[in-house]
Amino acid sequence: MANMSKTKLPIPEQDPLVRNSNFDEVALGYTEEMAVEEAERCLNCKNKPCEAGCPVNVKIPEFITLIKENDFEGAYKKIKETNSLPAVCGRVCPQETQCEALCVRTKNGESVGIGRLERFAADWYMKNVDEKAEKPTPNGHKVAVIGSGPAGLTCAGDLVQLGYDVTIFEAFHKSGGVLVYGIPEFRLPKAIVQAEIDKLLELGVKLETNVLGGKVITVDELFEQGYEAIFLGTGAGLPMFMNIPGENYNGVYSANEFLTRINLMKAYRGDYDTPIGVFKNVAVVGGGNVAMDSARCAKRLGAENVYIVYRRSEVEMPARLEEVHHAKEEGIIFKILCNPVEILADDRGYVDGIRCIEMELGEPDDSGRRRPVPKEGSEFELEVDCVVMAIGTSPNPIMKDNTPGLEVNRRGCIVADESTGQTSLEGVYAGGDAVTGAATVILAMGAGKDAAKAMDEYIRSKK
Amino acid sequence: MYKITFKKRLNEQVVQMEILAPLVAKKAQPGQFIILRVNEEGERIPLTIAGYDREKGTVQVIFQIVGKTTLSLSQKEEGEFISDFAGPLGKPSEIEGVQKAIVVGGGLGTAIAYPYAKALHDNGAEVDMIAGFKTKDLVILEDEMKRACTRLHIMTDDGSYGGSGMVTVRLKELLEEDKEKNSYDLVVAIGPLIMMKFCALTTKEYGVKTVVSLNPIMIDGTGMCGGCRVTVGGETKFACVDGPEFDAHQVDFDEAIRRSAFYKEQETKAYEAHKCRLEEMR
Ligand SMILES: Cc1cc2nc3c(=O)[nH]c(=O)nc-3n(C[C@H](O)[C@H](O)[C@H](O)COP(=O)(O)OP(=O)(O)OC[C@H]3O[C@@H](n4cnc5c(N)ncnc54)[C@H](O)[C@@H]3O)c2cc1C
Ligand SMILES: Cc1cc2nc3c(=O)[nH]c(=O)nc-3n(C[C@H](O)[C@H](O)[C@H](O)COP(=O)(O)OP(=O)(O)OC[C@H]3O[C@@H](n4cnc5c(N)ncnc54)[C@H](O)[C@@H]3O)c2cc1C
Ligand code: SF4
Ligand code: SF4
Ligand code: FES
Repeated sequence: MANMSKTKLPIPEQDPLVRNSNFDEVALGYTEEMAVEEAERCLNCKNKPCEAGCPVNVKIPEFITLIKENDFEGAYKKIKETNSLPAVCGRVCPQETQCEALCVRTKNGESVGIGRLERFAADWYMKNVDEKAEKPTPNGHKVAVIGSGPAGLTCAGDLVQLGYDVTIFEAFHKSGGVLVYGIPEFRLPKAIVQAEIDKLLELGVKLETNVLGGKVITVDELFEQGYEAIFLGTGAGLPMFMNIPGENYNGVYSANEFLTRINLMKAYRGDYDTPIGVFKNVAVVGGGNVAMDSARCAKRLGAENVYIVYRRSEVEMPARLEEVHHAKEEGIIFKILCNPVEILADDRGYVDGIRCIEMELGEPDDSGRRRPVPKEGSEFELEVDCVVMAIGTSPNPIMKDNTPGLEVNRRGCIVADESTGQTSLEGVYAGGDAVTGAATVILAMGAGKDAAKAMDEYIRSKK
Repeated sequence: MYKITFKKRLNEQVVQMEILAPLVAKKAQPGQFIILRVNEEGERIPLTIAGYDREKGTVQVIFQIVGKTTLSLSQKEEGEFISDFAGPLGKPSEIEGVQKAIVVGGGLGTAIAYPYAKALHDNGAEVDMIAGFKTKDLVILEDEMKRACTRLHIMTDDGSYGGSGMVTVRLKELLEEDKEKNSYDLVVAIGPLIMMKFCALTTKEYGVKTVVSLNPIMIDGTGMCGGCRVTVGGETKFACVDGPEFDAHQVDFDEAIRRSAFYKEQETKAYEAHKCRLEEMR
């Protein structure tokens, strides 16, 4: 008999007022009993509406059924058939707009906790099964992957399974892309990402860090060195600023810089050297996951007041629902329908305030969301000593500038075929944020998968 | 890991090193820089490429011990390894077509200016190099510089060696002498921000094209953080990808000076703590 509870079984979490001063993971995960209990809520629908909501079509009712049967290893393997990073996706997918949005249980209550169950299966497997990777038989062909975010890692993983000799080139000293430099430890422990990367290395993937593709090694040089196809998974790492007065004062960060200092360089830990300012009041501008992560990091670094300044209303916020909820619990103050107009500083050039204007929602714009318009005469100031700009990123032009013939669109995104990732250059494929602009982990992964398949077909067709 | 193949102390505070990094050596050009990390807990710091040997696959850096990272680096010996060494980053210097130039280096800046002078000289330009130091004991790379330029003008603040006074004194003299002919087509100034600012003011009077190499705080060096932003000609630029060299007459030096001091307090604390720990260990 199915569990007819209208609500998801809550996932144990650290107390908000404890966790807002540490970097340990917020959600602690289901126990085996809890997972089975939540799995019982799934009705195993014949037409599987949930599956259609998942960009990589994880076999949702099937894996949940296996959990019900206490076959956790089987559940993990079922997810793995279409999703190479379940421990990551279970934690960071915007489930409420994807798989869970289409779950029939939402008609009368909350959806099944698909993300939580996915995470459970992955964590269980990692903890209980000591998998020995079996090296695939080499097929004698070399391929290169530039960028080691979810798109690049997935592409490399699929290709190595097919027997390719895969080398990943990564600009940073550490691989993982946004999963290591952007998303904070308390939401996605870095050990999980590292475990995924280690698995790839065990399978024989080679990883060359500190190599900035385009500059240190070009696409043409890779072809000359015998790589037969190349995947560009270089992400969307170029930070945008608002171009308002005061943006270069001391204490104004791009979210990328703020989060990189904290997550990649571990500035929050005493045993690492990279510094980060000590701030009392912080304003984070933006309403996406990046803004929530920045705000919650600022709080954890000890700031007393942390504001989210967002120009639309809360319903338009692109952040995952759960993160907005968590941020509020942790004491982040939401200033919605507000837009910064100027950053203020003291006579030494250190930020001491931000001037904002209130907004109201007008007619819908191209994105279908109601366009915010300033309310005249409503300006006000917040006293802050740090401002973090989390208003978006676009692809870094380095790859394009150093790859003649590589077509990009008006927004600097690489032009690639939607189903294969084929770019304007023969043998060169692309996917993830580099193609779509800032999007999601699961979409980047899906693109890496599609490209791996196309690259394999391309190389085999050449023979 | 990257092996240190050569190390030499140029003076108490300045160290020269060669690091085995064939991919970097293969692509390096004058004016570019690398970013290194000494160890796992270390900071990423940028250093200018002072030279390279494409055959041996080595890259030379010259650095001044100013804080914790440079101090740890200076304690590494030949044959030891550092964690990371990424580059070449930034745009190369534009030296094509330059016939006659002045290259100004201040303090450690001379170490960074010297490869610039060498590149210009090797490319056939007539080069006056002005190298400024606080005092005689701090003079570095004299022989190397002599070989890398047409005329070397050493200046010391206290007059203990070479000419007396700041580099701008000699810069002004050279430009004044040349006023009629107006034969210099480029001035390059590399050193502390304040020195570069005054060099820029000096050359502006004479209308000579001037280039400075900026050294803002950096993390990635690839254009993804914006921490290195500087205002040039009223526009925000990322020094790591749009620079590090810029038209000196367009740079907002006051802003650059302000931004570069942002972490000073914390850096000083880290440096002092690190030095103390080292002393305790002795
Ligand atoms: C703070 C933050 C929070 C987020 N939260 C979520 C979330 O909760 N859920 C979600 O689904 N998505 C989230 N996202 C978005 C998601 O992380 C990205 O969509 C996803 O990581 C894109 O993957 P990618 O592989 O295309 O690129 P990236 O993850 O950006 O990886 C690109 C990699 O390529 C490297 N690189 C770039 N240029 C070069 C070059 N020239 N040579 C060599 N290497 C290069 C980079 O260093 C990087 O490692 C978040 C993003 C951020 C920044
Ligand atoms: C493009 C570029 C080229 C450079 N080339 C050279 C060189 O050839 N030789 C040399 O000695 N120095 C060079 N520098 C400066 C060098 O990077 C700093 O001296 C070094 O980072 C100091 O680190 P530290 O931990 O020893 O000192 P810290 O105690 O961290 O800092 C001392 C001072 O160095 C500056 N600094 C600190 N961190 C950084 C950082 N991540 N990026 C830039 N500056 C920082 C700050 O202004 C600080 O006040 C260059 C800087 C740039 C941006
Ligand atoms: S991968 Fe993401 S969208 Fe797909 S089922 Fe898992 S949590 Fe849902
Ligand atoms: S829609 Fe919901 S209840 Fe139905 S199979 Fe999917 S997860 Fe289970
Ligand atoms: S150092 Fe990060 S953008 Fe230049």
